[in-house]
Amino acid sequence: MHDKSIAEMSAALAGREVSSEELTRHFLARIGELDGALNSFITVTPEKALEQARTADERRARGEAGPLTGIPMAHKDIFCTRGVRTSCGSRMLDNFVSPYDATVVERMSAAGMVMLGKLNMDEFAMGSSNETSYYGPVHNPWQQDHVPGGSSGGSAAAVAARLVPAATATDTGGSIRQPAALCGVTGLKPTYGRVSRYGMIAFASSLDQAGPMTRSAADAAWLLGAMAGFDERDSTCLEHPLEDYPALLDRPLQGLRIGLPREHFGEGLDAETAAAVHQALAVFEAAGATVKEISLAHSMLSVPAYYVVAPAECSSNLSRFDGVRFGYRCEEPVNLEDLYKRSRGEGFGAEVKRRILVGTYALSAGYYDAYYLKAQKVRRLIKDEFGRAFDEVDVIMGPTTPGPAFRIGEKTSDPVAMYLSDIYTIAANLAGLPALSVPAGLVNGLPVGLQMVGNYFDEGRLLGIAHRFQQETDWHRRTPPGFA
Amino acid sequence: MTLDRNDVESIAHLARIAIDEADIPDYARDLSNILDLVDEMAREDTADVLPLAHPLDAVQRLRPDIVTEEDRRALFQAGAPAVENGLYLVPKVIE
Repeated sequence: MHDKSIAEMSAALAGREVSSEELTRHFLARIGELDGALNSFITVTPEKALEQARTADERRARGEAGPLTGIPMAHKDIFCTRGVRTSCGSRMLDNFVSPYDATVVERMSAAGMVMLGKLNMDEFAMGSSNETSYYGPVHNPWQQDHVPGGSSGGSAAAVAARLVPAATATDTGGSIRQPAALCGVTGLKPTYGRVSRYGMIAFASSLDQAGPMTRSAADAAWLLGAMAGFDERDSTCLEHPLEDYPALLDRPLQGLRIGLPREHFGEGLDAETAAAVHQALAVFEAAGATVKEISLAHSMLSVPAYYVVAPAECSSNLSRFDGVRFGYRCEEPVNLEDLYKRSRGEGFGAEVKRRILVGTYALSAGYYDAYYLKAQKVRRLIKDEFGRAFDEVDVIMGPTTPGPAFRIGEKTSDPVAMYLSDIYTIAANLAGLPALSVPAGLVNGLPVGLQMVGNYFDEGRLLGIAHRFQQETDWHRRTPPGFA
Repeated sequence: MTLDRNDVESIAHLARIAIDEADIPDYARDLSNILDLVDEMAREDTADVLPLAHPLDAVQRLRPDIVTEEDRRALFQAGAPAVENGLYLVPKVIE
């Protein structure tokens, strides 16, 4: 049952072959049995899940079920869930029980989906390996001494290991696509503003965007349809009509124009990863797509620009964690300044503190023009360059990451080396473009991903292209050893 | 860009983050390395480029100035470290 697609599970529920309660118990049992080795969940909520499952079964009995009613899923622990701890992977929020639901949580719940729990992540979504979590690292199901990627490492590992059919995730600089690639699952970062950020704990507000993590593009289409859409409670959420994503999956690849940025195939790219990506591209060519080289020279400045914009916005957003209104407070503060400083010093982990300090420096008096303003100008160059590329091609493809998953501990002592693992993903965030990653091969038993970047609001088109690729290949059906 | 001990201490103060004395050299090194990475932007001439605030150039939506939220003080304060009579408690600020 855990290997079925969402459409197949939905059909099994509709045909009364299985109830949501049975499905939910099945996945809860898998989590209990298998997650000890992965640490992909921070909180499992079996009672709440079974209650939601029974409600879903009742809805179905009354003839009120939608296609997702009764399907289990889990949320990245960055989404506020009413009455359930929402930790964001941090000691700072270890004791935080949210008083309200994020819009994404509310919408999944309205669709009748059953939440199994909250998934592990890098602290405040700052990391590319899931090693910065206060709750310990997540292990890659393919090789457990390797990282799952980050920051949505728990979401990727849980989906890859078939502990959940689907998960939510967030992407500020690659945090959906990079772990999806390293765990061999499908992950979509929608256009900035497509999905509401309300109740999604803010990291870098001009970049953050939520999206689905699933085994296939078809499953992602179902999830996106339930998550996306205008929400007046998020001031940056866009009023743009939704598409019927599942209905748009079957579109021919004939005539599709694919652009390959030469900068994404140069120095730093692992040779076997490059070979896997080229094999994937051959699948598109065989189906009638054309491939041409393009240049995204400015996007090679995306990592430097990102490490101004993201820390600057994080230093501002995370100023709310002050030990006064909610979250961690230090023991016996001697005065107010001591309360602020020690609550933040003890409540935040090393990477979060590093980024707050970089951001504080970049925004401090006299440096604004040299850092934040400069980075916002580089963003414009990157966005304009993509605009010119989309005059010539329909979709931009390349490797999602420079190589497969690395070992736990391998990059923790060098922040800059860690940052470069997002070198191909960050530009889409800076430009606000939709992008996804699909499994495209295995290198030494570890998955690698193919990234596709589309034009604004092209989520439906990207999912269709990915779906066609998944009709021709079976990388997305491969299961990590021991999790079949 | 190389930051020294004093720089790190003053940034940490601005950010209201207590850092251990022993960790200051590591922060100075890591922050300096990150700023070196960031300085790669300097090679691009951006004098005539308009900064990008929103990828789709969206503007802030406005709404009528009416109360839409109900008072949920008790619910929100339920998770606070220290509260009394509806007020958040902090160490004494004025002697």
